Amino acid sequence: MADEFSRRDFLRRAAGASAVALAGIGLASALLDKKGPPASDAGASAKGLGDFALQELKNKPGRMAIVRADAKGGVQPDRRAMLERALAAVGGLEAYIKPGDRVLLKVNAAFASSPGLGATTHPDLLAAMAALCVKAGAAQVSVTDNPINSPESCFALTGLADAATRNGAKLILPREDLFAPVSVPEGRLIRDWPALAGAFKGVNKLIALSPVKDHHRAGASMTLKNFYGFLGGRRNVFHQDINGVIAELAVLAKPTLCVLDGVTVMLTNGPTGGSLSDLKAVNMLAVSTDPVAADAFGMELLGRSTAEAPYIGLAETAGAGRVDYKALNPQLLDLGA
Amino acid sequence: MRPVLRIVNARRAAQIFFVALTLVFCAVATLGDGFGRLSGWPVNMILQMSPLTAVGTLLATHTWWPGLLWAVPVIALTAFFGRVFCGFICPLGALNQFTGWLARLVAAKAPGARGQALRARLADNRHSDWAAAKYYVLAFLLAAACFGSLQSGLFDPIALLFRSLNMTIVPAADSHMQALFTKPRHYASAWLLLAVLAAVLGLNLLRPRFFCRYLCPAGALMAVLARFAPWRIGKRDDAAHGECGACTLCDTYCEGACRPSGKLVHSECLMCMNCLDACPQNRVTFAGRPSAAGETHLPEPTRRGFVISLAAGALSAPVWGIGALADQGKNPLLIRPPGSLNEERFLARCIRCGQCMRVCPSNVIQPALGEAGVEGLWTPVLVYRLGTSGCQINCVACGQVCPTSAIRPLSLDERLGRGAYAAKGPIRLGTAFFDRSRCLPWAFERPCLVCQELCPVSPKAIHTRTFFEPIRFGQAQFVQAEGTRLSLAELKKPVVNLGSGDYYLRPLGSRMDTLESGLRRINACTWAEAGQTMTLDAAPDAKQGWNLKPGDGVEVLVRLQKPYVDAARCIGCGVCEHECPIAGLRGIRVSYENESRSGPGRMLV
Repeated sequence: MADEFSRRDFLRRAAGASAVALAGIGLASALLDKKGPPASDAGASAKGLGDFALQELKNKPGRMAIVRADAKGGVQPDRRAMLERALAAVGGLEAYIKPGDRVLLKVNAAFASSPGLGATTHPDLLAAMAALCVKAGAAQVSVTDNPINSPESCFALTGLADAATRNGAKLILPREDLFAPVSVPEGRLIRDWPALAGAFKGVNKLIALSPVKDHHRAGASMTLKNFYGFLGGRRNVFHQDINGVIAELAVLAKPTLCVLDGVTVMLTNGPTGGSLSDLKAVNMLAVSTDPVAADAFGMELLGRSTAEAPYIGLAETAGAGRVDYKALNPQLLDLGA
Repeated sequence: MRPVLRIVNARRAAQIFFVALTLVFCAVATLGDGFGRLSGWPVNMILQMSPLTAVGTLLATHTWWPGLLWAVPVIALTAFFGRVFCGFICPLGALNQFTGWLARLVAAKAPGARGQALRARLADNRHSDWAAAKYYVLAFLLAAACFGSLQSGLFDPIALLFRSLNMTIVPAADSHMQALFTKPRHYASAWLLLAVLAAVLGLNLLRPRFFCRYLCPAGALMAVLARFAPWRIGKRDDAAHGECGACTLCDTYCEGACRPSGKLVHSECLMCMNCLDACPQNRVTFAGRPSAAGETHLPEPTRRGFVISLAAGALSAPVWGIGALADQGKNPLLIRPPGSLNEERFLARCIRCGQCMRVCPSNVIQPALGEAGVEGLWTPVLVYRLGTSGCQINCVACGQVCPTSAIRPLSLDERLGRGAYAAKGPIRLGTAFFDRSRCLPWAFERPCLVCQELCPVSPKAIHTRTFFEPIRFGQAQFVQAEGTRLSLAELKKPVVNLGSGDYYLRPLGSRMDTLESGLRRINACTWAEAGQTMTLDAAPDAKQGWNLKPGDGVEVLVRLQKPYVDAARCIGCGVCEHECPIAGLRGIRVSYENESRSGPGRMLV
């Protein structure tokens, strides 16, 4: 009978109630967090993105070569020929990229604008470098940047996506899950800051391909400023100390090679440009193992002194390279003269 | 033996096809090349098939936009065969039907359960006078459209579905797959958009195809267009088929509740074809003759409600005008996508389908909740704090996908003011204004200049003037100098790196304010309580006024490049606002002043 007290029913219910109560006690005691939540989840960050400089060049002056091309009748010189010539002068790409290497190419893809406007790495340069890396036996060549405009638009309109995929390189778009917090050792600004660490997975060589551009706040945007594109988050807060942060970027990731593309140089309205009148044909290209030296040379192309971009000096102080690029005995080569 | 290709199976196949097509169109409306991207797909086709959109914009603009020619075959089809669109094509109708079917699945095998379910189904599908409600909705919308306020998109089933899918389910699904978007998409008030879709689908628990029967103005319009349809559903009553046993199986499965067993209400027939399939005697036909048990065209009574709705719609547009939200009272943050018509003409065309918001590579086009007033609910508005980086200067995607040309399809030349458009200049969306109480260099003696750096216009619309200003707690006592190295005392611990290249030194009391007049840049600074050192960029020159004796004061200045907007060059793209490091209320913000679409009377003359 439903209204009759049944021992069996009571025991069944008592057992069920005890199970619920015990589960509550068990969960509470197993997961008890006496300390409470920490103020922040910072502190477990990786130390930088890696040092990819050649081991044999440690504590030695870097290598550098500068190629000047003759542009005939306003036609842009062939970046691939210039690059090959410069690479040959610093020992050939084979000295840097060994068979089986996994290479990351850091381009400047900041803006969704056409390559002719010179605000981004020229696709011909990327195409040449990607193809040469593949030829040198690289097991993987990937290309990345965390640009300002929408990443898909940037890589498409600049021609960089096409240049990458047509030359055996993989395009890594800056997806959210590729960012992880990193800190620069001894750094003051880049502390537990999201950086594009996922793009470095398995990578053992880093090559920077950078245009030479005017930059009102920083003095100029070249190799070191290009590394701003490794940062995520609201990175613009660092513009308050732009020289300090670029000097830390020089420590955040140390490249194997830097290519500075001064074929066309953006003299005004940088770093966005937007008009052909902002550009000047300089027809120079430099390859260097030393990013600081490369940028010091770049300032010359802009007709500026290195003092106008204080981060160059700060990067040298931080041990990222030499301001006096001539101390590297750069080879000066002429192409097509 | 029933044939395999029954008409209901054909209907189901068509419904599955159009739902799938809708999902494909939602997926491929992503800017880019390749098969899975917006490269030739007619992503607006289903939207533009809706006769409500075509007729609504026709009444509001007195024109027929070419894209809406997709609606013409639908109108012709409806005129001859009735609401085929509702039964075979409409993807929201299909989802409604599916939900209603799912809710009425009979799981119990208990005796009598099936009979009970059939009786409940018969009750659910009984014809109701409430079916008239959708005609009131239609009358309201068309009357409002006649007065220039196109609200049809709020209720149009296709616009409703695309808007809901594209701004809620697609981004939520892709946040894990990342097949469509590199950066997670954000849409303001997405929850409300989903709530509306959930409500529309949930109502099917009350009655099958609730929205289609009682609310859908597109269905109502097609019912009116089918007034003279020669071919229609009907019951035969002839000797060859014997007498109708009044089993009401046709009524039981009728999705439109149009009463096929009795006096058939033609306007309500959704062309689900279930009656044709259900009749055990094959007495129901689709043919060019009236139904044997009689027929009527519209549900009754409707006239009074119809007139009231017409009047309400006709009144609503002028009353909205009194609010002046498209005019003097326009919200300063109401910034429309590039190519948008002026507010009045814009609201005569926008169906709030969300295609512009879907395709925008920057994700800055957002559904307006309050920005455009009640009248402009879910119309596109640019919210520069969201998305990747303002409105990209080299992009015209939104105007290219707009199904009704509320946003004109611009060429890049027209947008940028190049070539044939050089004299007109670029399309302006608004103007950026500095908030000097929030801007770092203006308010907090900190260098910054992100806005100037990223201004995409050449020459830049943000320019600077350089000032050297003494910083707070920047005074110290001179101890001694050794070339470029100065030893100091009494400097308070700095909160910034004084050696970062942005800080300068001068003797206290001097008026040096340029490098030429003797200011020295601090290249390095070390600080200890006991004493401080600074390395300057050049040795202090007595001739320039550096005659310091121990104990004399020096002061630190910060070099500030203070930004200004050149309103005549600003296009209102909002990159500056998006990138401003003041994360909350930005130090530079764009409002609509000087926008091209407003025509004469813009800010600058």
